[in-house]
Amino acid sequence: MTKAIELSLASLVALLALFMAAGAQDAVFEFHSYLFLIVAVLVAFWLIGRDTSNDDPDGYMDGPVRLGVLATVFWGVVGFLVGVVAAAQLAWPDLNIEPWFNFGRIRPLHTSAVIFAFGGNALLCTSFYVVQRTCRARLFGGDLAWFVFWGYQLFIVLAATGYLLGNSQSKEYAEPEWYIDLWLTIVWVAYLLVFLGSILKRKEPHIYVANWFYLSFIVTVAMLHVVNALAIPVSLTGSKSYSLFSGVQDALTQWWYGHNAVGFFLTAGFLGMMYYFVPKQAERPVYSYRLSIVHFWSLIFLYIWAGPHHLHYTALPDWAQTLGMVFSIMLWMPSWGGMINGLMTLSGAWDKIRTDPIIRMMVMALAFYGMSTFEGPMMSVKSVNGLSHYTDWTIGHVHSGALGWVGMISFGAIYFLTPRMFGRDRLYSLRMVNWHFWLATLGIAVYAGVMWVSGIMQGLMWREYDPEGFLVYSFAESVDAMHPFYVARVFAGVLYLAGGLVMVFNIAMTMKGRERSEQPIATVSVQPA
Amino acid sequence: MSEKEIDDVTNVETTGHEWDGIKELNNPLPRWWVWVFYATIVFAIGYCIYYPAIPLIEGATKGVGGYSSRLELQQTMADVEAGRADMLERIRTTDVTEIRDDPELARFASAGGASAFKVYCSQCHGSGAQGAAGYPNLNDDDWLWGGSVDQIAHTIRHGVRYEEDPETRYSEMPAFAGVLPREEVLAVANYVRSLSGLDHEGTAMETGTRVYMENCAACHGDDGLGNTDLGAPNLADALWLYGSSHQELVSQINNPKHGVMPSWGDRLGDAMVKQLAVYVHGLGGGE
Repeated sequence: MTKAIELSLASLVALLALFMAAGAQDAVFEFHSYLFLIVAVLVAFWLIGRDTSNDDPDGYMDGPVRLGVLATVFWGVVGFLVGVVAAAQLAWPDLNIEPWFNFGRIRPLHTSAVIFAFGGNALLCTSFYVVQRTCRARLFGGDLAWFVFWGYQLFIVLAATGYLLGNSQSKEYAEPEWYIDLWLTIVWVAYLLVFLGSILKRKEPHIYVANWFYLSFIVTVAMLHVVNALAIPVSLTGSKSYSLFSGVQDALTQWWYGHNAVGFFLTAGFLGMMYYFVPKQAERPVYSYRLSIVHFWSLIFLYIWAGPHHLHYTALPDWAQTLGMVFSIMLWMPSWGGMINGLMTLSGAWDKIRTDPIIRMMVMALAFYGMSTFEGPMMSVKSVNGLSHYTDWTIGHVHSGALGWVGMISFGAIYFLTPRMFGRDRLYSLRMVNWHFWLATLGIAVYAGVMWVSGIMQGLMWREYDPEGFLVYSFAESVDAMHPFYVARVFAGVLYLAGGLVMVFNIAMTMKGRERSEQPIATVSVQPA
Repeated sequence: MSEKEIDDVTNVETTGHEWDGIKELNNPLPRWWVWVFYATIVFAIGYCIYYPAIPLIEGATKGVGGYSSRLELQQTMADVEAGRADMLERIRTTDVTEIRDDPELARFASAGGASAFKVYCSQCHGSGAQGAAGYPNLNDDDWLWGGSVDQIAHTIRHGVRYEEDPETRYSEMPAFAGVLPREEVLAVANYVRSLSGLDHEGTAMETGTRVYMENCAACHGDDGLGNTDLGAPNLADALWLYGSSHQELVSQINNPKHGVMPSWGDRLGDAMVKQLAVYVHGLGGGE
């Protein structure tokens, strides 16, 4: 019965895709329609051919988690690589290869690859893993979880190929065109159903804090995505659309979305990840239940209002700028609540920083989380923003959060999940995790450092006046002054990418069942309690 | 679900819940955390009272500080203009040739010109006024239209070959392709190279000299020193707008390129043009 419904749905999608391809107004839309068609046909064949007799309907559904771990690692390395390319293009503009690989197309490819493909897959697979374990329930909805996983991969491929072919609705972090947005909406609602359904059928009396964060992330991202992506397509069989918003309303909607993509995708979602994997890896109880409640609700309530701080000193009315700033400042402690709860969970297990490189990664993630959630409110202060806005300081800030917090906590979770998902006793090599840790940490430190220096230099050059009150520097001179820092940034990116490649090797070997014979990181000294 | 228990390591009670082996301690909120949180809320309330903050049906609360970013910008701009008004008025009423005689005025004009140059001129002439192929270097003493401060001011004010300005600098070298036989063009290019001491073929010099005297000397002068009244470049120095190779010279003789510079007088106003002239004149090559 289920199989019949699934088959007819796949056939329906295939038919629709065929019609769309036939009536396509432009090449990108035609290409994407055929992509849909191919995927739908493949799904139909897979449905017909698959053998479900070995599945345990009562056990945990780990298939999507297993593939999700691999997808996270794959997209992560792709995203880091494209980031290195983008950084190199800024340092050496000759690397802009028209038209497919110019900076204007590479940049959204990088941001979407790291945020949505790497970060999104990390959230998807960890949330599926965590919600099952902490609810003691199989994922709700049967094959729906598979649909969410593959549907999301299709979204990534549609978005990425669209960018390279010049398809964009020009909204930062929301570049995909209307039909890709619609597809993501369908996938996301399915994700919400799977997650919420799993929580509803839980066998634990209470909902674990990690699930609050995951759920808030899923619900809020759905709302943000739907509202910000509202657009009118030029044709139902063409890729181009126009946003429903214009002018400063468009800007405010965009940054309400953009800021909360940071707040709910990259903060709340990954806090959910942190709340499961840190206590598991440290084998310690969460520091404070009360703190988790208070900082969850205050974070959720305050974050959603902070978006206008991206539009200081613009056409946005003063009152909205004021509110954007004060909500950002009030957000400081609610953000730090997560850092405190994470770090203090290690009380009684601090020696593990010495002996366990995975814990080391998680602690570094929390440290960068704390640093960037202090820096954020500081940069939202209007007088600071007057200097930092539009400079590379902002880029440095984002990357200390993205590489430090999001990246490190995801790597920690990936290293935790890999042996468990592939039935191995342990990772191939803990020493390689340590290598990854140091390469990544060094990369982040160089990245954030050079972007601070160059960003502040840039901001100061733009506002440098001579004694007569005239501007001292032309814009081009500030660009010229950035060059050495841009080169240093490429180096930082290469370090981070190298760390990612070490991870790929380590995980591939673990999957093969190999175990590297190596000295332990440090001898564990057991102290009496 | 487990019962409440005391954690061995920290001696803190747990909440009694357990998920997949994870328990929670029942630690209170850190006091410093609570107090800093309260402090940020107090700051936020105070800030909202002082600045425009609460949206109403019509407009928003204005805040007791009376702040407005638009007013602040207007005030800042007005202050800057008021501070400069005096000097700008003196520049307007002073002849451009006399600005340099007043050190205070000269310093102001030069600084203002430098700043304006970065905004309006650097795109073509470079931020160091070093020029590029087809765009004259303004640091040297080779001037197409004259290097005195009033000549420079005229060039900036009216542009070069800018058709919308009747007083624009205008000159056009004829294209010699089809007018002169090919060997004569090659010969004269060879001769032109000799004027500034570049390598040249001795054999074709005679033809080159004759062709030059018949066709080029009227504008570029017998010695190739050029003529700033006509905008005819000096061919006897080492500075070349479109290159000095034999091939580049042949190309320029056959089909000359003619650069265009817009007129800036109407856009920037008299005082700014004078400041730019003083700045460019002071770059090193002014006459």
